[in-house]
Amino acid sequence: MNEALGHIFVDAFLINNFVLCVFLGMCPFLGLSAKFSTSWRMGVSVMFVITVSSVLSFGTNLILVAFHAEYLRLITYIVIIAATVQLTEMFIKKHSPALFRELGIYLPLITTNCAVLAVPLFQTARGYNLLQSTVFAVAASGGFCLAMVLLSLARERTELSDVPSLARGTAAALVLASVLSLAFMGFAGMGGGG
Amino acid sequence: MSGSNNPFLNGLWRQNPTFVQILGMCPTLAITNSVSNAVAMGLATAFVLTISNGLISAIRNHVPKQVRIATYIAIIATAVTITDYLVKAISINVYRALGPFIPLIVANCLILERAEAFAAKKPVIPSILDGAGMGLGFAFGLSCLGTVREVLGAGTFLGIHLFGPNFEPWVLFLLPPGGFIALAIWLLLFASFRERNRNLLQIQPVEQKS
Repeated sequence: MNEALGHIFVDAFLINNFVLCVFLGMCPFLGLSAKFSTSWRMGVSVMFVITVSSVLSFGTNLILVAFHAEYLRLITYIVIIAATVQLTEMFIKKHSPALFRELGIYLPLITTNCAVLAVPLFQTARGYNLLQSTVFAVAASGGFCLAMVLLSLARERTELSDVPSLARGTAAALVLASVLSLAFMGFAGMGGGG
Repeated sequence: MSGSNNPFLNGLWRQNPTFVQILGMCPTLAITNSVSNAVAMGLATAFVLTISNGLISAIRNHVPKQVRIATYIAIIATAVTITDYLVKAISINVYRALGPFIPLIVANCLILERAEAFAAKKPVIPSILDGAGMGLGFAFGLSCLGTVREVLGAGTFLGIHLFGPNFEPWVLFLLPPGGFIALAIWLLLFASFRERNRNLLQIQPVEQKS
């Protein structure tokens, strides 16, 4: 319950990295990581959505608990996320039409990114308070962003190399992801103290 | 070729969600470290997909176009909540093993994709068949991956020991990197199958001419 904030941050950012160790948010991770420019923008949009929806769902959960309506939790969270995504879409459309055109179809798909839904669910299950929840949301989404950027850089490098035609695309990306995931297993030792 | 018109078989094989469409990757990688978990997760998803496809198809003419995604998600979330409580009631062990991944079925892109691409346009019966076919195809994909990971990673199949006591488990396959590798191998296998079939189809007409 009273975990230190620094521990929560390192745990969600590196040790239990959402993408490479817990397997959340695979669809954009594999689908949008072909180009570095797209991947980091997607990562930042997801960070924004996750942080806002995490704070909102923390407040909503208090109301649900007060009325003994916990069975509505899932539906409420997903509605909050859908609303936040809509908000982000409007925000990006107004401030950067070029980015909006580039992210295009993928923006509404943030709604069905399981990393976004997992953050509110996990923070409720672990009983974090508001500050802990916010730190957790920033760290988890930062980890998502980090993994996206790393994979996209690796994929840009392999673009020039001679990959068998069968393995091009998803299969090659999966092998790269597996190597990244192996590297992230090395961080597991850092969790010993907590 | 007649199989392509049957929505059930279409989802099960021709448009298999895991190997052909590459949808719903999160549970595919996270829950497949044992065969029994993979089957349970696949069946839970198939159940949700059948219910949501049927309901969405039934109300497809009454929902305005602008709010359709929100409506679909509300229906899917209801189906998932039902499944969540059902699994808890049927087997508490399965519920513990699947953990947060049952509520996360809501965010499985496969379900929303089928709602948008099939159930929103077709009558109720084909939609239910499509949901069941896609769901079982997904369960099939999960079990394929789960088999490889459990046999190599723990030396067991459904908890039964396959090899002698001297077998050294290849633990890597139970850990996250093994999931990525195993899925890459399955994808390559299916891609080479499809490639071979395509070559056979291209050669046949030529032979008939000569």
